[in-house]
Amino acid sequence: MLRMKSIHKRFPGVHALKGVDFDLNSGECVALLGENGAGKSTIIKVLGGAIQPEEGIIQIDGKERRFSEPLESLEAGIAIIYQEFNLVPSLSAAENIFLGIEPSDFGWVREAEQNRRAMETFQRIGAEIQPATSCEKLTVAQKQLVEISKALVRDAKILVMDEPSAALTEKEVNQLYRVVEDLKRKGIGIIYVSHRLEEVQRLADRAVVMRDGERVAELTRKTMSKGKIIELMVGRSMASEFPVHIRKVGKVRLRAKKLKCGQRVKGVSLEIRAGEILALTGLVGAGRTETARLLFGADSLEEGEVELDGRKLDLCNPRKAIRSGICLLSEDRKEQGLILGLSVQENFGLPNLDRFSRSGWVNHKGERESFHGFVDKLQIKISNSSQLASQLSGGNQQKIVLAKWLERNAEILIFDEPTRGIDVGAKFEIYQWINQLADQGKGILMISSELPEVLGMSDRILVMKDGKVVGDVQNGSGTTQEKLMEMAIGEKISIS
Amino acid sequence: MMKSLKALFSSDYGMLGALLFLCVFFSLVTYEQQQPVGDMGAKILVEKIREKFSEPGSVLIMGKKGTDGKAFVNGLKRRLNTDGWEVKQDLTGGPPELSKALRNTFENNSSVDLLACEQFFARLPMLENLENTSSLGKKMLVMSPASYGWPNFLKTSNLLNVANQIAVIAILAIGMTLVIITAGIDLSVGSLIAFSAVFASWTIREWTGGTEASVLGIILGCLISLMACGGLGLFSGLMIACYGVPPFVASLGMMMIASGLAYMLSGGLSIYQLPESFDWLGRGDDLAGIPNAVVLMILLYFFAHLLMSRTTAGRYVYAVGGNSEAARLSGVPVKRILLCVYAASGTLAGLGGIVMASQFRSGDPKYGLMYELYVIAAVVVGGTSLSGGKGKVFGTLIGAFIIAVIQNGMNLTGVQSYTQKVVLGMVLLGAVLLDMLKKRGWRFSS
Repeated sequence: MLRMKSIHKRFPGVHALKGVDFDLNSGECVALLGENGAGKSTIIKVLGGAIQPEEGIIQIDGKERRFSEPLESLEAGIAIIYQEFNLVPSLSAAENIFLGIEPSDFGWVREAEQNRRAMETFQRIGAEIQPATSCEKLTVAQKQLVEISKALVRDAKILVMDEPSAALTEKEVNQLYRVVEDLKRKGIGIIYVSHRLEEVQRLADRAVVMRDGERVAELTRKTMSKGKIIELMVGRSMASEFPVHIRKVGKVRLRAKKLKCGQRVKGVSLEIRAGEILALTGLVGAGRTETARLLFGADSLEEGEVELDGRKLDLCNPRKAIRSGICLLSEDRKEQGLILGLSVQENFGLPNLDRFSRSGWVNHKGERESFHGFVDKLQIKISNSSQLASQLSGGNQQKIVLAKWLERNAEILIFDEPTRGIDVGAKFEIYQWINQLADQGKGILMISSELPEVLGMSDRILVMKDGKVVGDVQNGSGTTQEKLMEMAIGEKISIS
Repeated sequence: MMKSLKALFSSDYGMLGALLFLCVFFSLVTYEQQQPVGDMGAKILVEKIREKFSEPGSVLIMGKKGTDGKAFVNGLKRRLNTDGWEVKQDLTGGPPELSKALRNTFENNSSVDLLACEQFFARLPMLENLENTSSLGKKMLVMSPASYGWPNFLKTSNLLNVANQIAVIAILAIGMTLVIITAGIDLSVGSLIAFSAVFASWTIREWTGGTEASVLGIILGCLISLMACGGLGLFSGLMIACYGVPPFVASLGMMMIASGLAYMLSGGLSIYQLPESFDWLGRGDDLAGIPNAVVLMILLYFFAHLLMSRTTAGRYVYAVGGNSEAARLSGVPVKRILLCVYAASGTLAGLGGIVMASQFRSGDPKYGLMYELYVIAAVVVGGTSLSGGKGKVFGTLIGAFIIAVIQNGMNLTGVQSYTQKVVLGMVLLGAVLLDMLKKRGWRFSS
């Protein structure tokens, strides 16, 4: 029914999809698997018309289609349910379902019919929702069912679900499984993206595994063992991808005790030693980034305390944290690391203006000289220092961020996904810098979902799951990706 | 051609081209024969007289009523005296005075070689007869300064007028530029003009001596009012920075509060019990004939430009507007910056109010009505993006002048004030459209 052929998509600095093939038959559920950054969400976005591939063809029922915007894809019968729902909170369930296709006479909505048809759809999938309830009063599971109903009302033939079970309770998940199986029987093709391997085994007829923007394997129901899947997801040679290094680990520099904040961080304690690279890994949503933000003062602590070199820190905002010598290279460079509309030099100077100014007046010359020093040292490719940060590739942007914190001479550096969206060459350079900083006796915390990176770089590895640290391993010969994945997923797996 | 146009509009001060174009346009449209007046007229006429007469003689000088006429007469008298002329009589007035003076001269049988007068008199039929029928056989010449071609728009007085009229809006627009660069908006500035004017006048009337107030009393009254306006701005800032109220709403509330306070204080009437020296800021022109308000405006713009381009505070303002979360994570004190920016906007609005009160020598709660819209228009036309993070203070000055020049030019060419509003609205839309095009790289659809 659906066939995607050699889809290519490039973003600045990264080749996100390298000729991916994908097909789907009606009444079939295909799981799409892969690590974070493997290209799953990119391919979903291509399918949904949110982004356009440079090469490749999409066929639906044998006809070639091209989606330049989401609406066109919807009209072609593809419905996508993202993790963040696309519902208008203030409208009722029925109104949301029929948004844009209301049954109406000359602009007057036939409300009774709308509610009746919504009710019918709900019954079809066994949902117990009153059509007139406003969406903000629904639970997450109910909202998901409204999204599914929305797709059904629009006669969707292909339903894409991105991590549908992530925020559901056990009972709700079981209902979701029933709905999915029901939809399959009705001839709807389902693409199911998930990290939970057990539900993949239960629901999927086939599983497509992606890695680094490529489709690496397709498993059938019979060959679909957890061990096999994990092996395929992470399987990558680590040779020469990381600089070789021997480190000397010193005394404890940063000590965090029982950090707590909301549902995402539930009592995390950790120690970062001088000269050590501590890796923090786990699945998306495990609370890694949230922990880093707490250490940096970006979110306020509910409980817990942080000490640097035995001194207790007051981390009420990032400004204080920066002053005390902690810095964060956030995972989202474009939204949090850089101000894209400012020049590279201004971005570089922003946290360092106290050094480049005297009683409020900026010393442009000093700033420029220092900036050019880092441009040479880090080999940042810019045309001039007033170039806008938005015009750089991912790797160079990351180097600008790195430069601004190097100038700061911070004691603790937190790298959140330091190499996401960066090409291989720049990756290696950034690894070298991380190593060099560790050698200078700084404390390094590196958050990464890429297990090879974790194993290749770190001295010690913390694994997080559901806001807690579930594993603390010294990185040695016995540590494998499979072992880390087991801890992150939280189930025992036997490697076949 | 298109390329160079694009390049012009893409630069930081892209609107400078538009301003120059408008100036040239209105200069051409308002080109007329000008009558030299005042000292200028005297100077031109003396040159002419020196060419005509090799020897000095006796002269009768006639000027129109008013300061210009007086300046003409005095200037001419001084110059001709130094040349050795005998000034029989010099006077200002209308045709009756002139004919009386002439009759006197003829009756006394005294000879006058020259009647030096403004052009207005030279065209009177009475004088044409005079030249032909000289009773004394000796001809009396009538001379007046020759007219010259010059655009009304480009007259010094008109240009100063343009600057003076926009001064209040331009001063407010500095604060608005800062606010808009932080991706906010401040609707309260118009009402703050009224509040500041009323509060300053009220303070002077009630506390520091009313019409008898000393200079110190005036300054004190103005300072108290400025601080009050800064405080109100700070309050809006507090709502926005600390409680997350959208800037539009917070400043809309403040707009009503400030306007209401102005009416409460004044009882709805204008407060005019102010000393004459209160005029100094609004009507004085101490520096080479440039109005004091314009001098103040220029000083403020230079200061604001330095602040935005050279200080850490300026850099932080751009950073907050560009991406407040990224700025916070880079250690920028985001809340403090927002508070300062709104307080500055309030204070500058207060200053605008004081200039206005000084111009009219009274404080009235109806001042500044709709000014916030003109101020926002000036900022937007000046190239500051409403989405924040981008904009230049001098761009705003250009924007303010574009608005002033269009208004002035249309006044000079006799366009109705209703039509003027339509044109100004279209200019605003055009400027925003240009800004959008610039961002999208000159493509029309997104």
